Amino acid sequence: MRYSALSIIRNALGGNRGWKPVWRTPEPKPHYDVIIAGGGGHGLATAYYLAREFGIRNIGVLEKSYIGSGNVGRNTTIIRSNYLLEGNNPFYELSLKLWEGLEQQFNFNAMVSQRGVINLFHSDAQRDAAARRGNAMRLHGVDAELVEREGVRDMLPFLDYNNARFPIMGGLLQRRGGTVRHDAVAWGFARGADSYGVDIIQDCEMTGVRRDGNRVVGVETSKGYIACDKLALSAAGHSSVVAEMAGLKLPIESHVLQAFVSEGLKPFIDMVVTFGVGHFYVSQSDKGGLVFGGDIDGYNSYARRGNLATVEHVIEAGVSMIPALSRVKVLRSWGGIMDMSMDGSPIIDKAPLDNLYINAGWCYGGFKATPASGWCYAHLIATDTPHPVATQMRLDRFERGYLIDERGAGAQPNLH
Amino acid sequence: MASLIDCPHCGARPKEEFTIKGSAEAERPQAEAGNEAWFGYVYLRDNPIGRVREYWHHTSGCRRWLIVERDNTDHTVHQVLDAAAEKRTP
Repeated sequence: MRYSALSIIRNALGGNRGWKPVWRTPEPKPHYDVIIAGGGGHGLATAYYLAREFGIRNIGVLEKSYIGSGNVGRNTTIIRSNYLLEGNNPFYELSLKLWEGLEQQFNFNAMVSQRGVINLFHSDAQRDAAARRGNAMRLHGVDAELVEREGVRDMLPFLDYNNARFPIMGGLLQRRGGTVRHDAVAWGFARGADSYGVDIIQDCEMTGVRRDGNRVVGVETSKGYIACDKLALSAAGHSSVVAEMAGLKLPIESHVLQAFVSEGLKPFIDMVVTFGVGHFYVSQSDKGGLVFGGDIDGYNSYARRGNLATVEHVIEAGVSMIPALSRVKVLRSWGGIMDMSMDGSPIIDKAPLDNLYINAGWCYGGFKATPASGWCYAHLIATDTPHPVATQMRLDRFERGYLIDERGAGAQPNLH
Repeated sequence: MASLIDCPHCGARPKEEFTIKGSAEAERPQAEAGNEAWFGYVYLRDNPIGRVREYWHHTSGCRRWLIVERDNTDHTVHQVLDAAAEKRTP
């Protein structure tokens, strides 16, 4: 069923009894051309683009819980492409371009809202870094504006401009950045993939990988054995766990990252704002709640819940940026498990096995990458060659000394 | 993570006094061990689910290095030992 204004009217006249499930719930087939382990945003996007762009239709996506239950439904919904390095910038710009056309393409309202992302700076050194980053973005054809203090004040009058320790000197603005409704991204890609015949198998956990020498022949799951020609891992947060089933050890640690939603407020933040001192970022959802987050909790975790000390730390940073926040009630918080890679950048590569592929290590930033990650991963799986914008996201880059050191923090930045 | 860590020297202290260093299982290779051993030590991680043993530094307390055994699925701390004492006993 195609969604349109007409379909809404038609179904309204029919008492809204005509709507159909958005994707099927099939039983697994005995064999797939490609099995994607992980039905999160990246796994679903990969399946969608594999089917749409590369004509591979016999695909099974295995999701251990239900669609949208993992990180794709546990993030702060921000999209942007304000990256510095050659290995990152063109990739994230491809992602932003895909976001811009996404809803028309898969005929699903993901509420893509390009409301602008501004990163505040508070010192001369931070201003220089922001200017450099903005210049690097413009050299790649990406929009970036350096906004001075008074310009920021016009846009965001509620920030604390009298903060003696961390004065707001300006910000780097990307107007094309913004937010997307994260659940709808999962549902849209699931529906799109399903329409091409992809089997999305929920409540089906991969428990083992069956190998014949250097080849993967199939996977053990909670719904029995399934054979496959190619296996694509896409299990952010649990990448180490699924890779270990195939006998691989990854440069990844799993950490919990918390995010928060406040009570509903009247509209007052019409963009995404990040604080340049404490790690804090905030936007306002269409329902009125402030959505914000900060640092990871700082220790390895698979627990999907965080620590009160980090809650306190995030909210302290938030209140020092927006004093009015001190009266706002936080309604809920949640923790997602992140693949923190050793250089803070992702991995999209073929594994050292013949027909195993890895998509992992997205750290904090997997959501904004969803469409490009799916696109590039599908390209890699279908053609066995990396997509031009993802050539540096190699698994062996640590060994070879070609890290993507986006934050300029060195060989082992301890971002994890 | 539990909110308290029971330091063998200082007693139960808030976990914010401590700094985590990482797995206590990994053995630092010899200087001449070669690229592969050093690559494995610096970059690769077992990253297991369940009970893990890690180095924690009591940064804002006695400043001793500790080995904390905890469960990374439910935040329970099972055991806290002095790292130097542990390493001395074979």
